[in-house]
Amino acid sequence: MTLMSEAAPRKTPLFDEHVRLGAKMIPFGDWMMPVQYSGIIDEHKAVRKNVGVFDISHMGQLVATGPRAGAWLNEMLTNNIDKLEVGTGQYTFLLNEQGGIIDDLIVYRTEPEKFLLVVNASRTEEDFAWLQKHLADSTALGNRSADFGGLAIQGPRVIELLQAMVGKETELPERNQIKDFAYDGITLTIARTGYTGEDGVEVFFAAKDAAKVWNDLLSKGKEFDIRPCGLGARDTLRLEMCYPLNGSDLSPKHNPIEAGLGFFVDLKKPKFVGREVLTEAKEKGTATRLIAFRMKSKGPPPRPHYSVWQDGQRIGEVTSGSLSPSLNEGIGMAYVATEHARVGSEIEIEIRDRKLPAVIEKKPLYKKS
Amino acid sequence: MNVPDDLHYTESHEWVRVEGENARVGITDHAQAELTDVVYVELPKVGATAEAKGQIAVVESVKAASDIYAPVKGTVVEVNKALEGNPALINTDPFGEGWIFVLKMASPDEVKQLKDAAAYRAAIG
Repeated sequence: MTLMSEAAPRKTPLFDEHVRLGAKMIPFGDWMMPVQYSGIIDEHKAVRKNVGVFDISHMGQLVATGPRAGAWLNEMLTNNIDKLEVGTGQYTFLLNEQGGIIDDLIVYRTEPEKFLLVVNASRTEEDFAWLQKHLADSTALGNRSADFGGLAIQGPRVIELLQAMVGKETELPERNQIKDFAYDGITLTIARTGYTGEDGVEVFFAAKDAAKVWNDLLSKGKEFDIRPCGLGARDTLRLEMCYPLNGSDLSPKHNPIEAGLGFFVDLKKPKFVGREVLTEAKEKGTATRLIAFRMKSKGPPPRPHYSVWQDGQRIGEVTSGSLSPSLNEGIGMAYVATEHARVGSEIEIEIRDRKLPAVIEKKPLYKKS
Repeated sequence: MNVPDDLHYTESHEWVRVEGENARVGITDHAQAELTDVVYVELPKVGATAEAKGQIAVVESVKAASDIYAPVKGTVVEVNKALEGNPALINTDPFGEGWIFVLKMASPDEVKQLKDAAAYRAAIG
């Protein structure tokens, strides 16, 4: 077998902590990131049952300020910024002129005229350059990514754990809200968001405080059975929920309508980049559709780029696939020709020299019992 | 990391135990630790022939599928059916219950070209 080994690229402020805990580090885009500590299945189950913590310091933070910042972002992004109260965020897309997805991100209104965009690590430079190019007058845009460390703390016991840190009586933000908290001389910006399908938060703080926050969290988290988690579990958790991964399920070749994410596109807005293409896509339908599927029998897990077949015809390609640790069966997502995208349809996934039966399922694939 | 002295090793992290004219093959403790959580093993067919360094089986973790190579030229005479029901045997007992297949070697001298335990230990650091 071949094992991956490459020269070390960028390190998050928690790199030494990951190594000290025995994490397996892998190159992920420009970064060295932990893919796992105790094991993907163990970490995955810890998040579903108790609580897990992920280093998300590699993610990008862009900050837009100015009296026209909101109006400008409304023309750059697909969701409706006008719906954002101060202290709330929304999932949204940054599109190119053809309606293709440059990035998916969360935009928060942190002050009336100040916005925080939390973007994918691998797209940070590209997003920043694109937004700079389209920047409105009297609006400032900063790339603050290097200034912040970040953690995603996810799982049913997250609130108990956070209250053990910032005070039992502290009211934590509601879903999609963002709020600053004082913790031992550190400002923690806590947003009630996540990528796992569990209750959870994403917390940002000054990069220099990263090791302290991480270690305090792991030590206070012991009584809640906390696990440090890597990118491996992050991927299986999000796939069970059918949350898309940019670069796999999303790309400039696909628009949000094809990806089944039209809910985050407000076509009633008079103007935004990609609006014409998306309006047409919505009205006329798209040639392909991002579907979720489940393998019908035990066997090899589906993987990205495997072909999807129906009635002897190749109808699409897998974009994400794995064994689901919660369901203990192969699951995935694929773009298939829209006429074949019906929920309940039988399909086949070509795995090496075999075509194995699968069925198109409703999203999400995992539902909390 | 466990590297038994009585086995031969490949650069691609397979181990070989010589049993007369046969070679029993699995993946090393180092390899299983790198993969973790083996969830599926695609076994070769009994009777299949393999060239040295030819792809012969697949071991899949949650994250990825990894090809397994024949350490020497030969014919598959036995496969570990227990892995079909319990692929995690590769994690729990890589040099024992987690063996993958047995080759009847075309030329038993070929194992001399593989690494010994000391050389493999050096290779994995």
